[in-house]
Amino acid sequence: MSTEDTLLYLDGVSVSFDGFRALNRLSLVIEPGEMRAIIGPNGAGKTTMMDVITGKTRPDTGTILFEGRTDLTSLREPAIANLGIGRKFQRPTVFEMHTVWDNLELSLKAPRRPLKTLTYSATREDRARIEEILDITRLSPRRDRPAGSLSHGEKQWLEIGMLLAQDPKLLLVDEPVAGMTDAETEQTAHLLKDIAGKHSVIVVEHDMVFVRELGVKVTVLHEGSVLAEGSLDTVSANKQVIDVYLGR
Amino acid sequence: MLTRFFLMGLDKKAGVLLTVLAVLAVAVPVMALGTAPDSPWHLSTHTVALLGKYLCFALLALSLDLVWGFVGILSLGHAAFFTLGGYAMGMYLMRQIGSRGMYGNADLPDFMVFLNWTELPWYWHGFDQFWFAAIMVMLVPGLLAFAFGWFAFRSRVTGVYLSIITQALTFALMLAFFRNDMGFGGNNGLTDFKEILGFDIQAASTRVGLFVATVAALAVGYILASAVVASKLGKVLIAVRDAESRVRFLGYETDRYKLFAWTLSACMAGVAGALYVPQVGIINPSEFSPASSIEAVIWVAVGGRGTLAGPVLGAVLVNFGKSYFTAALPELWLFALGGLFVLVTLFLPKGILGLAAQLRDRLPARATVSAKPADQKGV
Ligand SMILES: Nc1ncnc2c1ncn2[C@@H]1O[C@H](COP(=O)(O)OP(=O)(O)OP(=O)(O)O)[C@@H](O)[C@H]1O
Ligand SMILES: [Mg+2]
Repeated sequence: MSTEDTLLYLDGVSVSFDGFRALNRLSLVIEPGEMRAIIGPNGAGKTTMMDVITGKTRPDTGTILFEGRTDLTSLREPAIANLGIGRKFQRPTVFEMHTVWDNLELSLKAPRRPLKTLTYSATREDRARIEEILDITRLSPRRDRPAGSLSHGEKQWLEIGMLLAQDPKLLLVDEPVAGMTDAETEQTAHLLKDIAGKHSVIVVEHDMVFVRELGVKVTVLHEGSVLAEGSLDTVSANKQVIDVYLGR
Repeated sequence: MLTRFFLMGLDKKAGVLLTVLAVLAVAVPVMALGTAPDSPWHLSTHTVALLGKYLCFALLALSLDLVWGFVGILSLGHAAFFTLGGYAMGMYLMRQIGSRGMYGNADLPDFMVFLNWTELPWYWHGFDQFWFAAIMVMLVPGLLAFAFGWFAFRSRVTGVYLSIITQALTFALMLAFFRNDMGFGGNNGLTDFKEILGFDIQAASTRVGLFVATVAALAVGYILASAVVASKLGKVLIAVRDAESRVRFLGYETDRYKLFAWTLSACMAGVAGALYVPQVGIINPSEFSPASSIEAVIWVAVGGRGTLAGPVLGAVLVNFGKSYFTAALPELWLFALGGLFVLVTLFLPKGILGLAAQLRDRLPARATVSAKPADQKGV
């Protein structure tokens, strides 16, 4: 497969913090429409990988291409977001003072320039889309509540809803089920599988039950590079992976 | 479309405030001009000017609330924009003196004659025209704010550091304007004004006219600020205040949003300064002093940050207190002001208006989230 056909292409990406290598010549390829699960022990560099893709952290070396042509390493966060890369944070981050509805409205795909937002008023389609997302995320009864008053799990869902509203080509989802009950975890897996049909998704998660539920290709990160890649069963049988998870 | 935009921000609070302003716009002229001087209802020219001054400060507080309350930029230099607007108006008023100055020089203001200057500096040209000065009143503070914000926001200076450089900005301007060779009258500033738009600046009717103009400016400023805050742009601003980096990941160039609010705010402050100068009769570099900017922050905090109406109320109340104190117990004023600030910060984080809202919410025992803006969390 050539680089042009990839949605996301990382090659030899390294990042150091004060001499500590958080990413070490990381290479990863995501195809259009693909869903990929990323696992790895704490500190493996999973969140840092999302940081370099979204422009929060600049890599020291390496190539990151979006849709095979756009070099992400030279762009700022808003520009990367507007290319169609959305992100859910490890710790749910919503606008606490805004209502659930407003959080979704702010995320909704629409012109982002100040003069456009100054004169914006929600069209009927916009409202319908927000209603739809409220239904999907089961937040309809909470629509007028400030997001700060939501439970942890609801905030996770709201943030996933914000991602849906953004309608990106690639979704980076960092630990979506942390702090959720088993039932909620299962619902989230279904939700992500639905999304995956139309978008590409990278999910970072520690919860193996959840990863199994997703049933997609898994990449194991360790000390900033790829340790193994394949189905969950294949990687779980991998000697190195077992060593890493058992702490050697 | 435009009407809808301006009306969209108007809530109950706005209704009350605008009604009060409308009443003032009618009552003050009637009481100042339509009553006998010995009537208990009579307002002296002095009182009218004093009220006008409070409302200028209210407009300054409103402009500060737009950036501090809604974008989280704690400006400790907002008096700089106010004072620049004031100087622009002062320059117009100086040019209106014409040959009635002490030296009787029709081409040069007195202080320039005193410095043995023979020619009007280039940057004074145009200020003999009111329309030109009126544009400069907004353009000069606006451009300065734009340039300052452009660099500060792009390099992602935030929080305390940003506050400190705003303070440095006003301090630097103060030192510059103190210099005689800057051509703004040095430490005496600009004063001895005679006329505005051909009207005697001391006349009671002119003072009333200036007061009504100030009420109108405050009302327009309030409606504009409310509309901005209620728009989707306003929601982005609040989001920037609470979690700026999260907003960037949604694709908003937060620098531009901050720049928009910051520049708009500076223009409003400039208008406030321009209305202030003819009513107090003087503008000098001490208005640039860091303390002036800090006082404005206190008005906003007392009235209620992030409420728009609160800062208007805060500015009027605190300055009313100041007028009273500085007459009765001048040496105590600074302590009173400092104490007030500490009390408000500790016990009324949302100011007077926030307290009122809290009391109202508590009655029907509704669940509310903390009214305090969320801290910027590391996203
Ligand atoms: N801004 C930073 N400054 C210094 N060190 C950092 C920074 N960000 C991450 N690190 C370090 O880089 C390493 C990788 O962190 P990262 O957050 O990417 O791990 P992770 O795989 O997401 O772990 P977890 O499963 O705990 O979320 C960690 O050791 C972390 O301490
Ligand atoms: Mg992480």
